[in-house]
Amino acid sequence: MLEIKNLHVSIQGKEILKGLNLKIGFGEVHAIMGPNGTGKSTLANVITGRDLYDITEGEIIYKGKNLLAMPIEDRAREGIFLSFQYPVEIPGVSITNFMRASLDEIRQYKGLPPMAAGEFLKYFNEKKNLVEMTANLAKRSVNEGFSGGEKKKNEIFQMAMLNPDLAILDETDSGLDIDALRIVAQGVNKLKRADNSTIVITHYQRLLDYIVPDFVHVLYDGIIMKTGGKELALELEEKGYDWIKDQGKA
Amino acid sequence: MDKGEDQLLKDVTQNEYKYGFTSNIDTDFIAKGLNEDVVRLISAKKKEPEFLLEYRLKAFRKWKTMEFKEWAHLKIPKIDYQEIIYFAAPKNTKNLESLDEVDPELLATFDKLGISLQEQKILSGVAVDAVIDSVSVKTTFSETLSKFGIIFCSFSEAVQNHPDLIRKYLGSVVPIADNYFAALNSAVFSDGSFCYIPKGVRCPVELSTYFRINAANTGQFERTLIIADEGAYVSYLEGCTAPQRDENQLHAAIVEIVAHKDAEVKYSTVQNWYPGNKDGKGGIYNFVTKRGLCEGNNSKISWTQVETGSAITWKYPSCILKGDNSVGEFYSVAVTNNHQQADTGSKMIHLGKNTKSTIISKGISGGKSHNSYRGLVRINKNAINARNFSQCDSLLLGDRCGAHTYPYIETNNSTAIVEHEATTSKISDDQLFYCKQRGIAAEKAIGLIINGYAKEVLNKLPMEFAVEAQKLLAISLEGSVG
Ligand SMILES: Nc1ncnc2c1ncn2[C@@H]1O[C@H](COP(=O)(O)OP(=O)(O)OP(=O)(O)O)[C@@H](O)[C@H]1O
Ligand SMILES: [Mg+2]
Repeated sequence: MLEIKNLHVSIQGKEILKGLNLKIGFGEVHAIMGPNGTGKSTLANVITGRDLYDITEGEIIYKGKNLLAMPIEDRAREGIFLSFQYPVEIPGVSITNFMRASLDEIRQYKGLPPMAAGEFLKYFNEKKNLVEMTANLAKRSVNEGFSGGEKKKNEIFQMAMLNPDLAILDETDSGLDIDALRIVAQGVNKLKRADNSTIVITHYQRLLDYIVPDFVHVLYDGIIMKTGGKELALELEEKGYDWIKDQGKA
Repeated sequence: MDKGEDQLLKDVTQNEYKYGFTSNIDTDFIAKGLNEDVVRLISAKKKEPEFLLEYRLKAFRKWKTMEFKEWAHLKIPKIDYQEIIYFAAPKNTKNLESLDEVDPELLATFDKLGISLQEQKILSGVAVDAVIDSVSVKTTFSETLSKFGIIFCSFSEAVQNHPDLIRKYLGSVVPIADNYFAALNSAVFSDGSFCYIPKGVRCPVELSTYFRINAANTGQFERTLIIADEGAYVSYLEGCTAPQRDENQLHAAIVEIVAHKDAEVKYSTVQNWYPGNKDGKGGIYNFVTKRGLCEGNNSKISWTQVETGSAITWKYPSCILKGDNSVGEFYSVAVTNNHQQADTGSKMIHLGKNTKSTIISKGISGGKSHNSYRGLVRINKNAINARNFSQCDSLLLGDRCGAHTYPYIETNNSTAIVEHEATTSKISDDQLFYCKQRGIAAEKAIGLIINGYAKEVLNKLPMEFAVEAQKLLAISLEGSVG
């Protein structure tokens, strides 16, 4: 599905990613952990095409295509979805309209006609229930005045609407209360197919109890310093990151 | 802003006017230039009663003594009033029984604009009084309306058929000497619409008029008069698009509204005159005086406008709140792009007790355009418990445009409460990235964001218009970025 080779990324002259390699197969769930400021969001942004960064070296292959050459919206239309760490507010634009526009554009890209209004609403309500989003929230403008947790829920709702092939969840668990965490995680699990992949960026083992990863990676010093199974997350929770650094040096 | 978005902004800025075409309708001109004889000739061609000729002459003599005061934030090129043709009428103006008799060229023009009369007639239930150039060509639904005693016709017809109403109300809200352009219009106004809703009648349909400047070098001077008698209600729509022109065209209209006791008038406009090309050449100069008088107690007048066109817009729809408990509202979206200049806003004059006014103004500027809000809220001595709330928001696209806000507040009664809020914002890169990450291309994203920004105002428009206005906003700023 996705292969990142020797990725070097800097921002304002400061190198954040320093030759990162990562391979994600169809149907796999990968967790990425690592200390604050190591470049986890940077990686997510580079995959989705945010143009704040200088990509000085390396390549990303997605479904056999050169991802870095694709415009942002085409990456999305090709099935890449980012659940933002900090979702932005779009005042006055209702979630319904927003999702309508989004689905229409993606469908058009795939040569499909726009959904009829009735069909769309039915689909919208179905997905709303999947993440237990209240009707009230769904009627409001995109993220406008939403609480931190509500914003994250809205991200997963959109993920459900768009049914991506590669979903990147950037700290979707932070800001969620215990019930919301369970609902969101269950939502993600329901969207799991044999052929779609998920990257879960998180600081906490807790989320991984629900969304069980096939691999856990530690992003440290601009590279994937260590990779393991789900037990690695437990180990990190216990010991912190310093021992990895020491291992890396060793 | 990165390079790609800069290019995008350029694309928007260079987005050519989509309604730029000319139709070949036979036109009847009088020679260009303005003097007393021309005023007399206009009046004679229209077979007007003596009082109206007198009114025009009085206005003309007044206008000659006046000078245009440059108080607005506008750079206005000198206008040579002797170079303008003051009367042009499509030749084929005999009364028509059905659409089949309408000049096919004209119908084609409407089709290009997406305003097929047939469709309007059959589908939307909107009564359409289509004005091409100066003379009204076709009025539909007038029979239905006449059952309610509603008069909705061209101004010229009203002059012939209802001279008493014209005599009583013409100039009663906007006097001849009100301003330079009002005086000019009063002298040479060509045609426009007239609407009278009798006592206690709620007009069952939206009344709608499409204006269009069509003949080269023809200044257009519409005159609109709307009267809602006691307890009456009407929602009135005016929309326009103009074909592309190289030379600037002057447009100086007057709209007068009178709302008697317990009456309500909603006036909505979508304005899309030719704005000039991307280098600032051509375009309509739009100097409009729109004013409503809340004459009776508990009366209400609301203005809703979506302004996307014209090279220069100078326009301040206003309310005089004379009746006790009367209400005035102004909802506006003004878009400027390229070299467009807009100086628009509202005046709310509180005279009666417990009068209330609301001003919501949303300015959107792109390119090298300038967009100013200018508003006056005046609370007179006797206006006990007057209330005003004003909100003026500006959205900037790119960094070469300007937004300015000039709120003037005059309070002469200590019980008044006047609130003013203002914000300036940009479309952020974060918002754009968010939209694109959901597969929405920049152009569409900006359309969405702008429509969201203007929603409060768009929501005030009647359905048929809201859809059109949304499209227009997206077209005028297609693909722009902040
Ligand atoms: N726009 C920017 N300008 C300058 N520096 C930036 C910018 N964006 C990110 N950085 C820097 O890049 C580094 C990596 O940031 P990033 O957001 O990718 O970290 P992260 O691993 O997601 O951290 P967290 O766990 O706190 O979310 C940080 O040092 C950050 O300050
Ligand atoms: Mg982060």
